[in-house]
Amino acid sequence: MAYTEQEILTGLAEIVNEETGLPTDSVELEKSFTDDLDIDSLSMMTIVTQAEDKFGVTIPDDEVKNLVTVGDAVRFITGAQA
Amino acid sequence: MAGSRSVVVTGLGATTPIGGTVADTWKAALAGTSGVATMTHDWVTGLELPVTFAAEVAVEPSAVLTVPETRRMDRSAQVAIVAAREAWADAGTPEVEGTRLGVVVGTGLGGLWTLMNSWDTLKERGPRRVLPMTVPMLMPNSSAAYVSIELGAKAGTHTTVSACASGAEAIVAGMEMIRSGRADVVVAGGTEACVHALPIAAFARMQALSTRNDSPETASRPYDATRDGFVLGEGAGIVVLESEEHAKARGARIYARLAGAGMSSDAGDIAAPDAAGQARAMRLALTDADLTAADVVHANAHATSTPAGDIGEAEAINEVMGDVVVSATKSMTGHLLGGAGALETVFTVLAVAERTAPPTINLTDPDPRLPVDVATSPRELPAGQIAALNNSFGFGGHNVSLLIATA
Repeated sequence: MAYTEQEILTGLAEIVNEETGLPTDSVELEKSFTDDLDIDSLSMMTIVTQAEDKFGVTIPDDEVKNLVTVGDAVRFITGAQA
Repeated sequence: MAGSRSVVVTGLGATTPIGGTVADTWKAALAGTSGVATMTHDWVTGLELPVTFAAEVAVEPSAVLTVPETRRMDRSAQVAIVAAREAWADAGTPEVEGTRLGVVVGTGLGGLWTLMNSWDTLKERGPRRVLPMTVPMLMPNSSAAYVSIELGAKAGTHTTVSACASGAEAIVAGMEMIRSGRADVVVAGGTEACVHALPIAAFARMQALSTRNDSPETASRPYDATRDGFVLGEGAGIVVLESEEHAKARGARIYARLAGAGMSSDAGDIAAPDAAGQARAMRLALTDADLTAADVVHANAHATSTPAGDIGEAEAINEVMGDVVVSATKSMTGHLLGGAGALETVFTVLAVAERTAPPTINLTDPDPRLPVDVATSPRELPAGQIAALNNSFGFGGHNVSLLIATA
């Protein structure tokens, strides 16, 4: 069963909240992980592996640099679902 | 040392097996409360550990920290930051330039839980599941670093590692930063959180731990004839040290003076204590503080409840300090390893400030060789100028004696 984009956004927001303390409603599609949410590279690696576990996908390390915004991550995870 | 670089204590913080704050810990100590209990973790029974009890913190750090804080800090750093925040607030959040503020936090084993959990993750789930923060969390300087980040301390951030003397040695290092002029204020102390199956199994194989599984609250019994080892504890103690000049200029409340310290090393056995080295540290402390044995009225002993250690230290205290009222607070808190010397400094500062020696519990059948007067209930200390000794000794032959005096 595939997750919808909305479910992925909600799940990502929960992960970001646990990792950084940012409120879940601040995690919006157009926000940049580094520029808007101030998430550093170590936190980003943790968020990626948490997202892999949560959504049952693989996000290759080489791909992480392309996930600039929350929307990029949501779209990548959506597409990566089998 | 007197004069402008004299060092005073202006803030106290602690999270311990008998309380989540200094006030709660001190109240529990004066009431003779044991912080030792049977552990309820699955791993205790699952691994058939020979010791099933410990002195775990009374207030879980996760109850007072945010989720991101608990995810980014090892448990040892979590308790350190809780105690450091309390100490800093207790000192009145001093106005001090970052470049004049130092941090020294000691630990015995560092981020042991992080190390063990990460190894489990690597074996069970592969390298990609190892947290990127693993090394910054497990390194022994992690607690000191997090405290320095929290407070903006830029005069230098240091970690003392000398097993069970680490916390006391941190306070000496902090004192020396102030005396040498490197800092005006230093947040100093010790932390430990290694109530984990591995240290329990290892200490048990050394026959260092009490195995009184049927009566955990009476297992830590320094000086008692039936003592059979120490009780593993966890927690942190932090003090705010300040030059007397700086403290007075800002009108700070001064608990006591950190009058001096002595340190020695045994260069003997890696684990066995050496009373001669301990006595040397105590004598050096008197010289450093420019005090005599007659000034010293109380001692918070290292006294861990091991058959070998307690009496040797008591004889050394008796030899160097003469007639003092001795308290062995590990009878209540268990042994916080790298946190012990710092928590016991907090106790010693309060004993001097409130002129009350805390009790030693479970001393029902004193060892016939016991040469000192041990307080088994709170004992009033004399009026006037007084000083008190705090001893901490660590595997490796590290001996640290601190002298706390009335301000």
